[in-house]
Amino acid sequence: MSTPPSTSTSTSTPPIVERLLVGDRRALARVVTLVENNAPEARHILAQLHAHGGRAHIVGVTGSPGAGKSTLVTGLARELRRRDQRVGIVAVDPTSPFTGGAILGDRIRMQELAGDPGVFIRSMASRGSLGGLAAATREVVRALDAARYDTIIIETVGAGQAEVEIVRAAQTVVVVVVPGMGDDIQAIKAGILEIADIFVVNKADRPGADQTAAELRMLLSLAEDRRERPWRVPILKTVAASGQGVPELADKLAAHRDFLGASGQLADRSGRQARSEVLALLNQALLARVAATVGAEEWERLIEDVVARRADPYSAADQIARRIGLTPSSAAR
Amino acid sequence: MAKTTQTPDSAEATERGEGRKIRVLVAKPGLDGHDRGAKVIARALRDAGMEVIYTGIRQTPQMIVEGAIQEDVDAILMSILSGAHMAIFPKVMELLRASGVDDVLVMAGGILPDEDIPAIKAMGIRGNFGPGTPMSTIIEYVRANVRPERLSQDLPPLAASGTPIEPVEDAAANAPSQRQAE
Repeated sequence: MSTPPSTSTSTSTPPIVERLLVGDRRALARVVTLVENNAPEARHILAQLHAHGGRAHIVGVTGSPGAGKSTLVTGLARELRRRDQRVGIVAVDPTSPFTGGAILGDRIRMQELAGDPGVFIRSMASRGSLGGLAAATREVVRALDAARYDTIIIETVGAGQAEVEIVRAAQTVVVVVVPGMGDDIQAIKAGILEIADIFVVNKADRPGADQTAAELRMLLSLAEDRRERPWRVPILKTVAASGQGVPELADKLAAHRDFLGASGQLADRSGRQARSEVLALLNQALLARVAATVGAEEWERLIEDVVARRADPYSAADQIARRIGLTPSSAAR
Repeated sequence: MAKTTQTPDSAEATERGEGRKIRVLVAKPGLDGHDRGAKVIARALRDAGMEVIYTGIRQTPQMIVEGAIQEDVDAILMSILSGAHMAIFPKVMELLRASGVDDVLVMAGGILPDEDIPAIKAMGIRGNFGPGTPMSTIIEYVRANVRPERLSQDLPPLAASGTPIEPVEDAAANAPSQRQAE
């Protein structure tokens, strides 16, 4: 198909960007679609939006399936609305690995937010990405940020131990657990235990909530020395379905945001994110250049040569690097 | 071993998924809670490789239209059994028009009496799938009738947006609207 127009990051502002910036929800929704589908003009749009972002507090909510993430996010959004914030929600659900389809059901629990112009909800299918997010989640957040949503909540797919991608997308990570998981607390300690900025024991009206909170506290105290940051991870108890504990969660979110700002961590992480993003884009550009220079058959042939030991991978890479204008030494880094 | 040899080009194509997925909003407007049919359809569309935004029961026209806008869906499928379709459907179409949404396929299914079908069609609502419609019929219908330009990677420019959607409260106020066909 048509390859993206090389690097047309010109200065003209597309009308859709202007409309997004003045709060047109359809423009925002369409930008999200373009970004999600990696459309040719998405890059240009995102480039234009970059200057308008950076204000939002980006909150990740993760936890195992059925922990009550959607309900908690709904309650949180309602509470933040009460505090006069505009709220964007990105809810990620899994894509079926077999059919490529997905049922995105987070809106069911978010019904009460419908019709509030201060809330924008977008469901995303993970489309094969592992790690609990969709590939374009960060870019979608960027669009919401530019559209001036004060808090942007990312709800991950139901996560187990390894879906920690949310740390790279969010500023504050809320991990939701439920009582009565018994040994499952043990199970989460390696993965998502370490990424929590705030723990929520949801469904706290069920038996075992205090015990779960106590176990978490103990695990945290064991892990404490590994965290160089002086933020004490709070453990909150909520009953999301009734809203109990949700205002306290909103308070803690604000406190964490303040902490990030005051400690300089917000700046650090912005720096890290910007660096990794520019590197990733450079990588893409390089690969695109390689693809344009080396045809598909030639590529196959080279790979076959390496497999058959007629060539070695280092010389093969050097040869390509030379052809796209890199000297072998700089390619070898 | 041969299958692991991917050109950077095909690797990139894989990364961005094999093209545009059809997104469908499945909603149950009105007050009846029988969503079995809607769920079965949602599942069937998913199994056909589509992304289904399932919104659940008791959807007001405002919720449906606002959901369709935010999710930027290619199609809306309303399932209704309660008999309130002649009150709800015109309102949905009116809100879509008012919001400038002109490129979404709107379909209905459920219990739709024969004598109402011409009026429903005149509103611009298609499909009108009754009980017993094979899933394959619905899937094929969606595939064949979603606006093709929506599925190109380069989506067409957005139509000018009309008046913003009004708050939910006035839903009942002008519900049995006098619809102007076409």
